[in-house]
Amino acid sequence: MTADAKHAPTPYLRLFDVTKRFGDFIALKDISLEIYEGEFVCFLGPSGCGKTTLLRAIAGLDIQTSGTVEQNGQDVSALPPYERDFGIVFQSYALFPNLTVAKNVAYGLENRKIAKRDVRQRVAELLQLVGLPDQGDKYPRQLSGGQQQRIALARAIATSPGLLLLDEPLSALDAKVRVHLRHEVKQLQRRLGITTVMVTHDQEEALTMADRIVVMNQGVIEQIGTPEDIYRKPSTSFVADFIGTMNFVAGTAVGPDRVRCGDNVLACETSDMREGDVVTVAVRPEDIVLREGVSESEENVFSVRIDAMEFLGSYVRADLALEARGDQILRADLSINLVRRMQIAEGDERFVNIPKERIRVYQGTVNRDV
Amino acid sequence: MLAIGAFLVVCVLLPLYSMLSKSFENADGDFIGLANYADYFSTPALFLSAINSLYVSVTASVIVLVTAFVYGYALTRSCMPFKWFFKLVALVPLLTPSLLSGISLVYWFGKQGVAKELLFGELIYGPIGIIIGSAYWVFPHALMIVITALTITDARLYEAATALRTGTLRTFFTITLPGCKYGLISAGFVTFTLIFTDFGVPKVIGGNYNVLATDIYKQVIGQQNFEMGAVVSMILLLPAVLAFTVDRVVQKKQVALLSAQAVPYRPKPKRKRDLCMLVFCSIVAALILLMIGMAQYAALITFWPYNLEFTLANYDFDLANGGGWDSYFNSIRMALYTAAFGTVIIFFGAYLVEKGRRFIAGRSIFHAIAMLPLAVPGMVLGLSYIFFFNNPSNPFNFIYGTMAILVVATITHFYTVSHLTAVTALKQMDAEFESVGASLKAPFYRTFARVTVPVCMPAALDISMYLFLNAMTTVSAVVFIYSSDTTLASVAVLNMDDQGEIAFAAAMAMMIAYTCAGARILHALLTRSIMRTTQAWRTS
Repeated sequence: MTADAKHAPTPYLRLFDVTKRFGDFIALKDISLEIYEGEFVCFLGPSGCGKTTLLRAIAGLDIQTSGTVEQNGQDVSALPPYERDFGIVFQSYALFPNLTVAKNVAYGLENRKIAKRDVRQRVAELLQLVGLPDQGDKYPRQLSGGQQQRIALARAIATSPGLLLLDEPLSALDAKVRVHLRHEVKQLQRRLGITTVMVTHDQEEALTMADRIVVMNQGVIEQIGTPEDIYRKPSTSFVADFIGTMNFVAGTAVGPDRVRCGDNVLACETSDMREGDVVTVAVRPEDIVLREGVSESEENVFSVRIDAMEFLGSYVRADLALEARGDQILRADLSINLVRRMQIAEGDERFVNIPKERIRVYQGTVNRDV
Repeated sequence: MLAIGAFLVVCVLLPLYSMLSKSFENADGDFIGLANYADYFSTPALFLSAINSLYVSVTASVIVLVTAFVYGYALTRSCMPFKWFFKLVALVPLLTPSLLSGISLVYWFGKQGVAKELLFGELIYGPIGIIIGSAYWVFPHALMIVITALTITDARLYEAATALRTGTLRTFFTITLPGCKYGLISAGFVTFTLIFTDFGVPKVIGGNYNVLATDIYKQVIGQQNFEMGAVVSMILLLPAVLAFTVDRVVQKKQVALLSAQAVPYRPKPKRKRDLCMLVFCSIVAALILLMIGMAQYAALITFWPYNLEFTLANYDFDLANGGGWDSYFNSIRMALYTAAFGTVIIFFGAYLVEKGRRFIAGRSIFHAIAMLPLAVPGMVLGLSYIFFFNNPSNPFNFIYGTMAILVVATITHFYTVSHLTAVTALKQMDAEFESVGASLKAPFYRTFARVTVPVCMPAALDISMYLFLNAMTTVSAVVFIYSSDTTLASVAVLNMDDQGEIAFAAAMAMMIAYTCAGARILHALLTRSIMRTTQAWRTS
């Protein structure tokens, strides 16, 4: 699927200025968002950022204080959940414990006056689809967590809803099962072509599964973009900090595309920043390049001392101290091959290069809670 | 929601309000401010009752608390044999009206009692009798709380203590006791309130020793002085509400003690301790059995103490003046109605409180009102029902003097504990069942019927059992509001005893005990079969 094909002229789901208040607390503030048919969108953010509240507003489970929700061209803002068209999967699975797996899956079908035989056939299909064809007669408690979550998924898509909502569906599972199911859910979603919104606080999940990610913080959207965009070009320092690992260095803009950090001047794109602005420079550990030889004319080459090395299997995370000023530490990820070839050891003095196009610059200082 | 909210308002708030206003009126219904209260406090005899009530309640509470703690400790923390037997015996007092212990004490220590020499000339009619009798019937209530408190502990704490070479005594004072501190406080307040507000024991065995609960009865039934009855009720209500409030605060703290990672404690055998525990529990169990055993014996004796031949004549209640077999069957009917309607009403109420999403204020007010009945003594509730429902201008006046008012009063009286049981059961269910149901376009009542009710079935059965047992044994809530058509077995026991027909009273009390025991067995069988058929999913 190309980006153009996805962005069909009319969005399937459109949120406009959605605001949710709980007393004085503003959980969502003027959220506007468009989601296209067949898209897999992740709401990503730290706990309390409003992502689940937004999902529940879309479902009609907790209707927004103001703003509109349009689904498939219809204004559903004030509709109760049972008049909307969606299936939902929760972190807790919420399988009915007293009904068998087959009855759970059939639960939504039985509300539609479908012939019993057809229901049974559809249930069999769905169980096949989620890879548990023989488990229909068991009770949910007799299944593992991963199996239960698949049943919850089958139940949610049984009635072929236009929209699938996933509320942290994988968070309660073991790490291995989680990775496996991540892949399966994504495959299933692709196969069915169902528009899907998933809430998660796990960035890896969002990066691997989503077509687009909506990064949220304190009730507002920080950035919307493809996983690559979000990772490579975080548009705010919050996103830069929240996604992946990021080095932040305080600095001052000293001219067009020039920022001073301590004794060093860095070449980077400063876009609309003015001379004298306090800025923060951000660079990812894997974008710092260790150099064997340097020519004087090169931009952004600095001398560093290797303070510490942490072995992480296929790579090494190194603490680099920028020259004499030992308090400024940069983290760099060095491949194990490179470390062997260059025979890098703690205490070495080396040169590093930070490619200009890999550097992001943000206005102001960054408060990190480490 | 509104209907059940209105039920609580009509059955709890309005009657209490009418009683409060009554306490400010004279016999003609004129407002006279605090004059009644001034009267009360300037009458030494009446004021003395309050002191008496406090004295017997505190003394009996201390005795019960210590006994229940050791007994509960033996059941949970020792490897004493026959635990099942001791558990069973400890629950026996729950099957009988509190009056029974009074009757039994009369046979043991009364003027012609078999063991009156043990009192060394003291009379059983008075504080001694009230304290012993109260201790007997309150014991299981305290024990259940203590057992819960002793059960929720983390075995790792004890292993840590052992690893640090802590002695047994120090472990007890630094881990065991602090661990169940809240449970003990809670048990203390519960027993205090139960005894302080109990009417049955002091009525039968109190003699001339007046307490608040018997004062209300005398003011209302004896002297028809409703206003003074209302004043005494208000004074009875005060410590009950206070104890209740403290208990609620304390119970909230208890919950936080146990984390999800805690490992349950398993006692290891220790010969000396286990033997001591066995001896102690045997003595307590023997006392309980002697108490109910004497009542049973008395019920079968021809004419105490002159003709000790066995007879069933005492069960021929139609010959007694206090009430015939009719009252027994009325009791059964009343208990069944209470169990059936009460369970439905209470369960729906809890469902709305727990699962409603809107009207947050309304739901928390509802929950607060549902807590209130626990703090209201039965006598106070019953009296307030006279004031409220006997008022001709009340649209609900028509239920006065019928079976309905007895059922309503009993449901209300025992509302809180049942409500909490239902709320707990509902809380254990996934909060998202309703959301899932809605997303699958199932109407809420369908999810309620197909999921909520089946999952909560065991809890609903427990509630109906609790209501049935209490409806069978209660005296205090109904003694003011039964009519000649709706006499009850427990009230009959009271009246027979009043008339001196103590053998009939013992027999009727035993009838109640058989019925409750039978109901309990039935409940156990029913629960087991339901567990097997509809709750198969619980086992995996």
